[in-house]
This record gives sequence, structure tokens and C-alpha cells, in this order.
Amino acid sequence: MKKIVIIGGGPAGLAAACKAYEMGTKPEDILIIERDRELGGILNQCIHAGFGLHMFGEELTGPEYAARYIAKVNEYKIPYTLNSMVVDITPQREVSYVCSDGLKTVKAGAVILAMGCRERTRGALNIPGTRPAGIFSAGTAQRFVNVEGYMVGRKVVILGSGDIGLIMARRMTLEGAKVECVCEVMPYSGGLARNIAQCLDDFDIPLYLSTTVIDIKGKERVEGVTIAQVDQNRKPIMETARYIECDTLLLSVGLIPENELSKNLGITLDRVTSGAVVNQDMQTSCEGIFACGNVLHVHDLVDYVSEEAAHAAESAVKFADNVALSDKTVNVSAINGVRYTVPQKIDLSAITTENKIFMRVDNIYKNKYLCVKCGDVLVKKVKKAHVAPGEMEVVGFNAEEIQLMKNTAADITVGLE
Amino acid sequence: MLYDVAVIGGGITGCMLLRELSRYKLKTVLLERSSDFACGASKANSAIVHAGFDAEEGTLKAKLNAPGCEMMYRAAKELDVHIKKVGSLVIIFSEEERPQLEKLYKRGITNGVPELRIIEKEELHKLEPDLTDEAIAALYAPTAGITCPYEMTIAAAENAMDNGAEIIREFEVCHLEKTSCGISIYDNDKKRRIEAKYVVNCAGVFSEKVANMANDTHFSIIPNRGEYMIGDKNFPIKPNTILFTLPSEKGKGILFSRTVDDNVIIGPNSHRVEDVEDTSVTSEGLDEILKGAQRLMPINTRDVITSFAGVRPSSSTKDFIVEPSRNMEGLLHAAGIESPGFASSVAMGKYLVENLEKMGLELVENPDFNPFRKKMNRFRDMNNTERNAMIKENPMYGNVICRCEGVTEAEIVDSIHRNAGAYTLDSVKRRTRAGMGRCQGGFCSPKVCKILARELNIPLEQVTKNGGNSYILTHKTKE
Repeated sequence: MKKIVIIGGGPAGLAAACKAYEMGTKPEDILIIERDRELGGILNQCIHAGFGLHMFGEELTGPEYAARYIAKVNEYKIPYTLNSMVVDITPQREVSYVCSDGLKTVKAGAVILAMGCRERTRGALNIPGTRPAGIFSAGTAQRFVNVEGYMVGRKVVILGSGDIGLIMARRMTLEGAKVECVCEVMPYSGGLARNIAQCLDDFDIPLYLSTTVIDIKGKERVEGVTIAQVDQNRKPIMETARYIECDTLLLSVGLIPENELSKNLGITLDRVTSGAVVNQDMQTSCEGIFACGNVLHVHDLVDYVSEEAAHAAESAVKFADNVALSDKTVNVSAINGVRYTVPQKIDLSAITTENKIFMRVDNIYKNKYLCVKCGDVLVKKVKKAHVAPGEMEVVGFNAEEIQLMKNTAADITVGLE
Repeated sequence: MLYDVAVIGGGITGCMLLRELSRYKLKTVLLERSSDFACGASKANSAIVHAGFDAEEGTLKAKLNAPGCEMMYRAAKELDVHIKKVGSLVIIFSEEERPQLEKLYKRGITNGVPELRIIEKEELHKLEPDLTDEAIAALYAPTAGITCPYEMTIAAAENAMDNGAEIIREFEVCHLEKTSCGISIYDNDKKRRIEAKYVVNCAGVFSEKVANMANDTHFSIIPNRGEYMIGDKNFPIKPNTILFTLPSEKGKGILFSRTVDDNVIIGPNSHRVEDVEDTSVTSEGLDEILKGAQRLMPINTRDVITSFAGVRPSSSTKDFIVEPSRNMEGLLHAAGIESPGFASSVAMGKYLVENLEKMGLELVENPDFNPFRKKMNRFRDMNNTERNAMIKENPMYGNVICRCEGVTEAEIVDSIHRNAGAYTLDSVKRRTRAGMGRCQGGFCSPKVCKILARELNIPLEQVTKNGGNSYILTHKTKE
């Protein structure tokens, strides 16, 4: 029996473990289960800088950011098991995992899901053409280059302008490869503005918006790809097609929270985020099971992951200590240009100034107001000069706004006006 | 060295023939151009054991399919390959289509398909509750089944090797020459030569090319591409049986089926292509098969994880061609083996051996022949007690490499060291399913590459996707 069992030893899991300890949980009452050979998760392969500006006020690399938390885990003597793959979680919070010692089952007071996400694949896009070697998701290529120390190609086209794709455009260039271009099917990039400036513009790598790969050539290894512009319905405009010789195609076409365990557990998932539906305590529809980090929704910055994970751990410890959590909830809905919110449910009687609503918009908008309404009552209106799908937005509430929502006691909507 | 029989082509036909030959005291060898078996039509097809009602009466296809179907179930048992007799339904959506359905029924009866019958709407929808309401009747063939065609092919090759057959991979046959005691076979740069008394051409889409090497030009192979999509194990709608729309001139109609590994498969269409190796997929083609399958059930592409295409080696005679060469003594052609070539393959193996015997091959039974092959342990199929026992015996069973399919390090190592084992990323994938899940190898391919390099004792850069020039890594960083 453990008080807190954390599935995943990446940034979310590490931050959750530290917070659980800091709240007074004994280290031996915590367990982190990590499937890889080391703690840190995907941060270990993100050797570029840019992590930690919010959390630590300095610019760290991924491994440095992870190391700060790993050092704390070690200092707190929080136990973790590596090379351990969770195969099952029951609604009674029995967690089964496989490791080289056998199949183990541990009963948990509360479970924190922190499994992260995976990359969307070529298959999900149905890119036509042959299936030779040389097609990698950007994250897989990143692992080969940064962790294993091997290059995946010399002449590269990147499809998708997600952050990992942008980062890899720079990384491959620095390692001597020629990155021909980054193609993005949407009229805007899905990545952070700073990454477009630092990873593409600084290296004269062209970013072609409203452009996609329509054919892949090569029998054994990629020999080239055909790219073309797309119309408003994302259908290729054939007159614009052109062939680019290359030996590698990297895909950075989106991330999907990895919720197979959650699905088996019967947790309610949000169709937009592909993560669990949670309330402001980060509790899922399954009692005592909490979610945070990229398994809940894909974040833009790891700093927010750590923050969210700490919040989830706080709730999980309270739950395990039989402290009452929120229950009577209203729904939070995303409308008018907002794609989703997390949390999707809020207990107005328990909401505090600590609680925040995270969201992403569905397009680039300029000079809009982000409006939070409780029923018909406008609770908050924030001016936004520029919002983009690649960057998360967040709103919190002051005491006055909270009181207004408590008085109104109706479902909440978040939208742009 | 002189072999008794050399088989050209490691598809299902060649591998089943090799296994059949290993029942006898013969020195045999199989030559395969790729780094693995089942790399042509045997890999990229509907993964169906057809019951046998499609083939026109009197053809060789008709003769071999229905009995072959039954034999396939027995072979699958011996080879420990997963197979499920789920039955198939050819569905019609209007009364105008009924005469075609009845024609198929009669054909099936003539071909000897057991338990075949036409079922009406009520029974049909009871069998398949998710069918679109327009479905009014179906031809029900309970003997049809689903299996994994490349697993079957690999298992046959492995079992043949267990029984003494030899296999050489990455040997592309480019030249045949009649010799005093048989036929010499050369590879592309004539560096290697294999001599055998009898040679069987099971080269699939390349069977015309091989025939031409013996100056046989009386038949041709018309490459005919079929495209498919594979859906996630979590696909929201899964049929219980194999669902077909009505066949047309071009093929058996679009099917929608569950696979033996619990994914779903959608396809194929049928389009003539110029290049026998053109296994590219097209967006029009994927639209076409989706629309076809949507007539059966209300599905969408949200949970599609991959797509692929296969090229059918359709023959100019529209039937399987099994005949001795007209110009080179000792050469037997097994060409134009398109659907139902997989379902017929065990029967075909026996039929080819009979033909070889007629050509003069002497058959003496091999008393040591063992028809049984044990499949690899699959961690994901074990219960927890079995899992614990396996990990105790070999801790590598406790190291899950492919998280989506639950494949352990021990299984990957086993797949490499077995007879007819894997030495590329794709061949590990086909044997263990590592990399076949929803992340499509995103997480496990670096790990599998490292295991391959370690077990084969080669540098990491030499690991390929599927042999030849299909390298994965170019060089070390900072070089």
C-alpha cells in the first residue's frame, strides 16, 4: 500500500512527487513508476535551452530542468522504479506494473496519471506515396540524434510546424544536415513564435504555410517528396506541386495524450484534448485518480506542466488523507474560437484565487476579448492583442469575480469576442 | 553443390511449397530477393482465408481454394499461427444485386464450399448489428476466416528450415541457365550461383520476369494494386465477421473486417499499375475504399493508424498458372497467384509437389519430418501468473520495449535468433508486432535498432528498415 502512486517519471510525475512530499507525505508512501531507463521523460532528449523561464526565472536545457526535480526526488528519498511499465490500473486504485523482477501490484491511496503524450503518425494523416526508410516523427529523430548520438539523414524536409519540428530543424542544421523547408498545412504555425524566430528565421529555413506533402518517393530510403499548397479546405492545389529531393522526412504533426491506461480504466475523456475530463482538483471521473501534464492536455511550456502537476499532487494528497474535495460542479465549456478548457468542471463553492483555467484557441486572432461568463453574467473580460493555437492561454480569478460566480451558480463558458 | 529443388520466391506459395518439400528426403533451397519473407502480395493483402465461392467454376483457383481453406486451418494449428474462423458475409443493398448474390451462391456450391447460405435482413442484422440499414441480404460463408498472412508465411519458412531446408535471403534471381544436371541460378551480378535439378518459379509479381529468363513469354503478369487502411484496436465499430460488398470485374469488392490482432482492416480497391513494385497509396484510393466501407458501416478515419498497398500478380489467363516451362526442362512455373492464393497456398504446395513428381522428382518420405512449430511466447497474451513465471525464467520478459503492443525484449531477441529469423526493423515488427501499434514505432524503433545491433553484433548504422539501402541512420553526430 502506498499513499500516492505516480504513473510516469517525466516533468509532471517528478513535480507531483516533490509536491506530495512537501505536503508532508512520507517518502516511503510515494512511488514513481517510470517505463524508461531513467527519470526525466522526454526532457532528456530536449537538449536545447528555453525551459524554466517561468518556474526558475532562468533559461535551462531540458536535462537541466529535469535534473532540478530529480535532485529533489533524490534529496527527499522518494522511491522510484525504472524500466517499469504499468499494464493495468483498477478503479480500486490497484496499479500493476511489469519490471525485470516480475509483475508487481501496488494499492494506492491516490493515483496520479502523468504518462505524457505520443506523436501523431504518418498513418493518421494518410500521406500518400511509398513507405521507405527515412520517415521519422520529429521526436523519434530527436531521440536518435540527442540521446543515441546518430544522425537520421543529410537532406531533410519537415512536415508540420509543431515545436519539436521547429527545434529539430535547427538541431539537424547544427549537425550539418540541410533542412530544405518546413511545411505547415494550416495557414499558421502550431509552434511557439520564439521557436519560429530562433529555429527557422535565424537559419534561413523557409516555412511554407498552407502547404503539405502530397507524395513520398523512394523504394528503400526516401529519395524525395512532392509538396503543394492547399486551398481553404486543405485540398492540395496541384498546379503548385513541386518535387524536393531529400533523404529524410520528419513529421511534427501534433501530439496525442497517451491515455490507453485511462481508457481501460473507464475514465471520461475529452474529445478535443484526448485527455481526461477533470475538475479544478485535477481529479478525473474516477474517484482518487488525478491527471496532470501532457497526458491531460498538450502544454506549450514545461513550466505549466510542473505547476499543474503540483496542483494535482496537492489534491491527491488531500484525497488520500480523506480531506473533502470539491464535488458539486458546473461545466466549463469552450466557445467562440476557444477549442478547449482544462478543467472542464468547476466546483464554484470551492474555487479559490489559486485556480486557473487553461485553454487553447482554434486560430490566430488579433485584438479580441477573452470572456468568461457564468450563465449570462460576464465575470471576466481580458483584452488579447494576439492569440495563437500554438500558445496556451490562462485565466485566473480575483475574490470579487469568484464571489460573482458563486452568486450566479451556473455553467461557465469561455470564448473570444 | 547440387540441390534437388530450388524455390524462387519467399512468399506464401514458395514457403508453403518449401515446407511441403521438407516432408521428403530432398536437398532444398529457397531464394528470396528481400530481407524477409512475405514482402510482396503475401504481406499486403486482406489477411483473409477465403471460403472459395469467388473463383469461376473449373479454374485452378476454384479447384484449390475450398479444400485449401480447410487445409489452412490444419496448417495453422501445426504452425501455431493465430487463425479465427469468423465467417464472411457478401452484402447486398438492393434487390437488383440479388441475382449476382445467387450466382455467387451457386458457384460456391459447385466449388464445394461447405455450410454456404444466403441470409435475409433480420438474421443479417442480428449477426452484424452495426450494419447500415440499407443492407438487405448476404451470402454467408461460415468457413471463411482471418489470420496473419505474413506470420503464416514466416512460420512455414521456419518450419521448413527446422526440417532441413535452406533459405538464402537478399538473393535476387537474375539469370537462369540449363546445365547437364539441372538449372543454374545466378543473382544480379552473377557473384552467386545455385544449381538445382528442379526449380520452381514462385516469384509473385516477378514470375513473368523469371519465366522470361527461360524464354517463356506466353503469359504475362498484370500488376494490379489494392490499397488498405488499418484502424486502431480502439476503433469504435468492429464487425464480427468479414464484410464484403459485391465483387466486380476488378476484385472481390471492398471489405471491412476485424483482424486477428483485433485491429480493423478496410480495403482494397483495384487499379492497374505500371510498376510491379508500386505499393504507394494515393489519397483518391484511400477515399475510394473508405466510401466503399461506409456502405457497410458508418465509419470514419479518426482512428486509422496506417495505410498500405499491395500489388496483385494477376495473370493474363485470369487463373493461377501452374505448368512446366516450355523451354527449360526442370523449371516449373507457379505464376499469377493472386487472391485466393493465400487461402489456397497449402493445397497449392501439395499440388506443386505432385507436378514436380510428374516431372520426374523422386519423393522419399522424410521420417524425421516434424510438422509442428511453436510460436513465440507473447507476453501480452499471458495471464499474470504466466508473466511472472516467464520473467523469473528470463528477466528480459520484464522489459517492455513496444508499449503500444506490449512486446518485451525477450520476444524481440527470440525473433532474431529463430530459424528464418529477423535481421531488420521491419522483420522484427512482422514477427513481434513491435512498432505496429498506434505510435507506429515512434517510441520503440530506437530501442529495437539497438537490440538488433547488439544481437547481430553490427554497428547501429548498419541496421536497416528492410534490407538493401533502407538504412535508418546515416552517421554518428559530430562526424
